[in-house]
Amino acid sequence: MTVNLTLLVVMGVLYAVGVYLLLERSLTRVLLGLMLLTNGTNLLILHAGGAAGSAPLYDGSTAAEDYSDPLPQALVLTAIVISLAVTAFLLGMIYRSWVLGRRDEIQDDVEDRRVARQSSYDVEDDADVPADTTEFDEAPRRQDPGESLETPGARGIEKWGGKR
Amino acid sequence: MTVHFAQLAPLAVIIPFLGAALSLLLLRRNALQRTVAIGSLVLTLAIESLVLVSTWNLGPQAVHLGGWEAPWGIVMVVDQLSSLMLVVSTVVSLAVLVYASGQGVADGDEEGPISIFHPSFLILVAGVSNAFLAGDLFNLYVGFEILLTASYVLMTMGGSVQRIRTGVTYVVVSVISSVLFLITIAMIYAATGTINMADLSVKLEGLPVGTQLQLHLMLLIAFGIKAAVFPLSFWLPDSYPTASAPVTAVFAGLLTKVGVYSIIRTETVLFPGERLDDLLMWVALLTMVVGILGALAQIDIKRMLSFTLISHIGYMIFGVAVGTQEALSATVYYVAHHIVIQTSLFLVAGLIERRGGSTNVDRLAGMAKISPLLALLYLVPALNLGGIPPFSGFLGKTGLLQAGVDQGDGLAYALVAASVAVSLLTLLALIRVWNRVFLRAPEDAEYPDPILLAPVPAGSRFLLTSGAVDDQAGRFAGKGDVRLMSPSMLGGASALVAVGVALTVFAGPLFQLADNAAENLVRPARYVEAVLGPASEPRPVVEEAP
Repeated sequence: MTVNLTLLVVMGVLYAVGVYLLLERSLTRVLLGLMLLTNGTNLLILHAGGAAGSAPLYDGSTAAEDYSDPLPQALVLTAIVISLAVTAFLLGMIYRSWVLGRRDEIQDDVEDRRVARQSSYDVEDDADVPADTTEFDEAPRRQDPGESLETPGARGIEKWGGKR
Repeated sequence: MTVHFAQLAPLAVIIPFLGAALSLLLLRRNALQRTVAIGSLVLTLAIESLVLVSTWNLGPQAVHLGGWEAPWGIVMVVDQLSSLMLVVSTVVSLAVLVYASGQGVADGDEEGPISIFHPSFLILVAGVSNAFLAGDLFNLYVGFEILLTASYVLMTMGGSVQRIRTGVTYVVVSVISSVLFLITIAMIYAATGTINMADLSVKLEGLPVGTQLQLHLMLLIAFGIKAAVFPLSFWLPDSYPTASAPVTAVFAGLLTKVGVYSIIRTETVLFPGERLDDLLMWVALLTMVVGILGALAQIDIKRMLSFTLISHIGYMIFGVAVGTQEALSATVYYVAHHIVIQTSLFLVAGLIERRGGSTNVDRLAGMAKISPLLALLYLVPALNLGGIPPFSGFLGKTGLLQAGVDQGDGLAYALVAASVAVSLLTLLALIRVWNRVFLRAPEDAEYPDPILLAPVPAGSRFLLTSGAVDDQAGRFAGKGDVRLMSPSMLGGASALVAVGVALTVFAGPLFQLADNAAENLVRPARYVEAVLGPASEPRPVVEEAP
């Protein structure tokens, strides 16, 4: 099986950068990482079809092995459509996260921390039965603009988890 | 050629899709939308029942879409396993849809996120059906993507802070597992030149051992994330409990089982050897034990149930790892049992939350007196999941233990011991919730929800409205008088609990069906023959399991 070296190198770079971005805490970078990973995978599928040949339209005079393999192209097309949908959805979620909390980071699981402390009641979190009002309300901003300069990890948990 | 009902199988995907399109058009007409959604699921269920009857004795049958011959065209394959999964999943979806509609009607949601709920839900069902029917790896991938994309929408419905936070984890983890799966598909195609599962069953054996091992492991990792086996299960207890009750219920019942189903297919059709069985045994052991220990630490019912869900995936992996006909037949039965029971428990947890105001056991108490029906609806599936005889959980576990003992090596005995211990711990976790939520007096609760202490007007126990308990300041603020437990919510949950009991009553025929399914699973040559036609040249004979 012959492989196009340029495409191979491009694929490797896409995977490397994609994985690097995926390990970031910023959601936008995670999204970019996922996009690079899916595009790297599309190149991989294209590789799987072997060397390029003439367009896979039957004309009767071309030998069978001179055609490009059409199946990987069909697969890539499907994969591109799927990743388009997922990317659009994730962008929507990131925007929603920004609107709600003015933050672009992956948040910790508050419940995990609570179980880890293993106190069955937490004054700060459980003081009141949460008033779960309609989900279409414009949520109040949880953070002053000035506070956004702080490091997000340490204090973010209390802020994010504290219920209204 | 006689036409069998099995040829109708693609309709199990097409009808929910058409239903989704139609209900999307009816966006502003809720009653009509509900009718369309429920109607299309009933129709799907009827067709799937015909398919199940048709495959009951006949074994695997292939539907060549568009008349293209395998392995070139797209094939859908039905056998006893996939048709049983189709029927069970649609029954569960139908019950959840009735429950969810009840919730929507009770809340008086005339517009808002509920209008997108029905189309998304139907697309989820279509994706699940497509995954169960897929005869090639890429179609399986597409099935996964359909159901996952619908699940992203359902998971983050409403877009509250909590749901967005957990939704991000869920989406990112799901996308990564899908990318891994796609990478594996590309590699398999590069190695063999085909993605048709029957064709692969023949061709993968010809590959070098190292290549086979790599492809096998990558598939198991991709499916392991979806099936939530330890250590790939970290995402599940974080994301599931925050979604609304019917959504969590259908996710818990169906999504992980699609992963388990794919693992069963991988181990029986694609890689029928025993190469990784020891690894799977260890995974099963750790999944069971770590999952149930997590469940014991929780104080929230939904999170506790999420951990028991992970723990019980371990039982299914155990059956797959043993791999004999008896083990696979018990696994098939156990999967069907677990889909129904886990979903009904989540639905009941939703009812508890609605009536009691919370799923935190510190805030709940005395529910047995407040709603005896709810107590019954919780206790029956709880005992069932814990494996108390004569319920179906006991029957499935007995089958698995029997198969494990027959296997007879040290690891299998360790797993048998762990299975018994884990089922006791499951019972402990569930009965502890029962004692605290249902039996103790409301005054004993650490931080009782005000709704528990509110006096209940005589004669309105089932038809209690939020006005009667004066909760207008809290959850139902800004809404009209809301019925707390609407008849269709109770009906959906009760129907599913009844189906769970029916799994016990009709255990005989079901085990017969599961045994037929397993008989074909240990003989992948039958699957291959159904798809590719009778062998014109002698294919490699696959060893039958002892």
